[in-house]
Amino acid sequence: MVPFAVQAAAGLLVLVIVAFLLGNLVRNLTAAGLLLSWSWLDNPAGFDLAESSIPFSASQPYWLALLAGLVNTLKVVVVGLVGATLLGTVVGSAAFSTNGLLKRVARSYVELVRNIPLLLQLVFWYFVVFLALPNGAGAIQLPGIVLAKSGLYLGWFGEGWQWQLPHLQEGVWQAPLRLTVEFGALLTGLVVYTAAFIAEVVRGGIAAVPQGQWEAARSLGFSPLVTLRRIVMPQALRVIVPGLNSQYISLAKNSSLAVACGYTDLYSVAETTLNQTGRAVEVVVLLLGSYLVIDLLISALMNGLNAAVQLKDR
Amino acid sequence: MPASFAPPSVSPSRWQRLRTELFGSRVDGLISIALGAALVAIALGLLKWTFFQAQWAVIQANSTLFAVGRYPIDQQWRLWLLTGLLAAASGLSWGLLRALPRDQTTGQLWPFNDRLAAGVLVALALVAPLWLQLSLAIQLRWWGITALVLVGRWAMARWGSGLPRGIKRLVPLIWPGLYLVGMVLISGGLGLIQVAPSQWGGLLLTLVASSFAILICFPLGLVLALGRRSELPLLRWGSVVYIEFIRGAPLITLLFLGQNILGFLLPGGLAPDRVWRAAWVLTFFAAAYVAEALRSGLAAVPRGQLEAAQSLGMTMPQSLVQVVLPQALRVALPAVVGQFITLLQDTTLLSLIGLLDLLGTARAVMANPAFLGKSAEVYLVLAVLFWCCCAALGLGSRALETRLNPSDQTRYQR
Repeated sequence: MVPFAVQAAAGLLVLVIVAFLLGNLVRNLTAAGLLLSWSWLDNPAGFDLAESSIPFSASQPYWLALLAGLVNTLKVVVVGLVGATLLGTVVGSAAFSTNGLLKRVARSYVELVRNIPLLLQLVFWYFVVFLALPNGAGAIQLPGIVLAKSGLYLGWFGEGWQWQLPHLQEGVWQAPLRLTVEFGALLTGLVVYTAAFIAEVVRGGIAAVPQGQWEAARSLGFSPLVTLRRIVMPQALRVIVPGLNSQYISLAKNSSLAVACGYTDLYSVAETTLNQTGRAVEVVVLLLGSYLVIDLLISALMNGLNAAVQLKDR
Repeated sequence: MPASFAPPSVSPSRWQRLRTELFGSRVDGLISIALGAALVAIALGLLKWTFFQAQWAVIQANSTLFAVGRYPIDQQWRLWLLTGLLAAASGLSWGLLRALPRDQTTGQLWPFNDRLAAGVLVALALVAPLWLQLSLAIQLRWWGITALVLVGRWAMARWGSGLPRGIKRLVPLIWPGLYLVGMVLISGGLGLIQVAPSQWGGLLLTLVASSFAILICFPLGLVLALGRRSELPLLRWGSVVYIEFIRGAPLITLLFLGQNILGFLLPGGLAPDRVWRAAWVLTFFAAAYVAEALRSGLAAVPRGQLEAAQSLGMTMPQSLVQVVLPQALRVALPAVVGQFITLLQDTTLLSLIGLLDLLGTARAVMANPAFLGKSAEVYLVLAVLFWCCCAALGLGSRALETRLNPSDQTRYQR
């Protein structure tokens, strides 16, 4: 009898609070003339986006602006996931190197990055590193990549599937693929930060593989790298994949800090939209819904991957 | 047994160990040389920049702003008083830890680690105010504060073990009391002039917001974790929905919600001001994550413990508080402290909604044309500050973990 009394009391309390809040919401919104409506989404946005993967101009509606923001978010999340996974795997595996220095550098990297707020790292990458890049002939030139203040230029297939390298044309870099420094800073920050957490997941996964597996592989004549790739990693993946899921989701959520380095992601478009329309509730609902869908997508993908790497019972 | 039959010493010297670690094989040697060269180059570059190129005037000129924001100058004595009280309390607590029976086995008043910590403190007190070019009067205050820590530590360690048990038990209770005193000192009331939260800034705001959120999110998280494991479907589903909703949303969108919608949700005039709104959002956000950390701890306690406690005639709350929670908290401790560290880092997001926490102050300072282009210096100082705070929290959690380790309990009881 007591449990039901507790339950009923708790339920009643929640119900009363929710009703109170919703009642206030409706009353206040009505007073402000902002009662829930979605027709404003079709109005022309009136602002331009600094960066958009789909054609967009100020005369186009709000929903298209928000969609462009969502596409930008997805772009940085997808590239970031790949980059963070690669870097994190390298750093996490380095903890098992026979080289003492490499081990310590990997460890220090994780300790350094995890104890500094991501937002601070993002503004550091943007204002201190990427905005300080030189332009023109002074730009940093790596094989196939040029880093300049005007953007990051990558070699890619140009017209007629011709491989093209970045080249200087009248003092301005030209390349088939150009990324903005805002995208570069956000991506670098997210990759460097998330890789530190992924490295810990990978390290834990590898540590969970019995030592005998390494020894057996060595006595069969496998080199350490081949042992890691062919024997240890496939077993470690069973532990790593579930851990990666939460890191991937946190990367997707962290991409909302893009506004700190001037990248036009979903959140920054939403903020501008709210400032212009005052439609707070609708904008927040759209924002939360979009991130929820992204999280669920990542979870679904990772669950599929998890099913693939787990030991199959015959 | 004649001495000559003793096995030869096989443990390699430190030098030999270093050689096998760094140059065990050809590949290892190459990696070591390349990495070593890169590290040396980075270190040299950083040192050169720190001492010859960086212009630290931006920090020196704005040190008060970074510390307390726009807190009224004539009321700043309250913050000095609070810092002094905190220093005394931490000195006393530190000394009491050393006066506990288990630490007396070393028989030393100042074990090595403590001497190291004291040395670092003294060096910091001598160098940091000087480097910040604070006036002599303020430098003296910092020396006094450091002295308070060390004297408290010394006195408590020297005579603490002789104190009656009741008084020793009271010392940890200083902290909650001090927290309330601190909040009054900071915000005013009880005869002190009110200082509005909008005037707090810099480190002060960061510390107030994070400590408030840490204190409140823990009990909230505990309730949610128990709710999620409860057998009552309504409690369970309520907790699940709350936790998963919060964990599915980025913090910035929730802060955004707090700033823009909270005013609509509460009757007019009841909504707290912007700073407290953000602090409450941080709290509710962190509670969901702390709940998950605590849930893993609760899951680690065997079911038999609860059943045994109940078969001894304990009521449900009794068996939870006295049997299950102590064990669960010990397991969950690292994860919970990890969430606290994340929370401390998350306070930087306040700068994105226009509040002047440490990072917000930094952005405001750099908007000043006089300090344009000095972002590297400012961000580096902030990074060092955050790194030290977070690393210290992590170290503290590990120390607490070993102290709570049941295998050490026998030593403790002796």
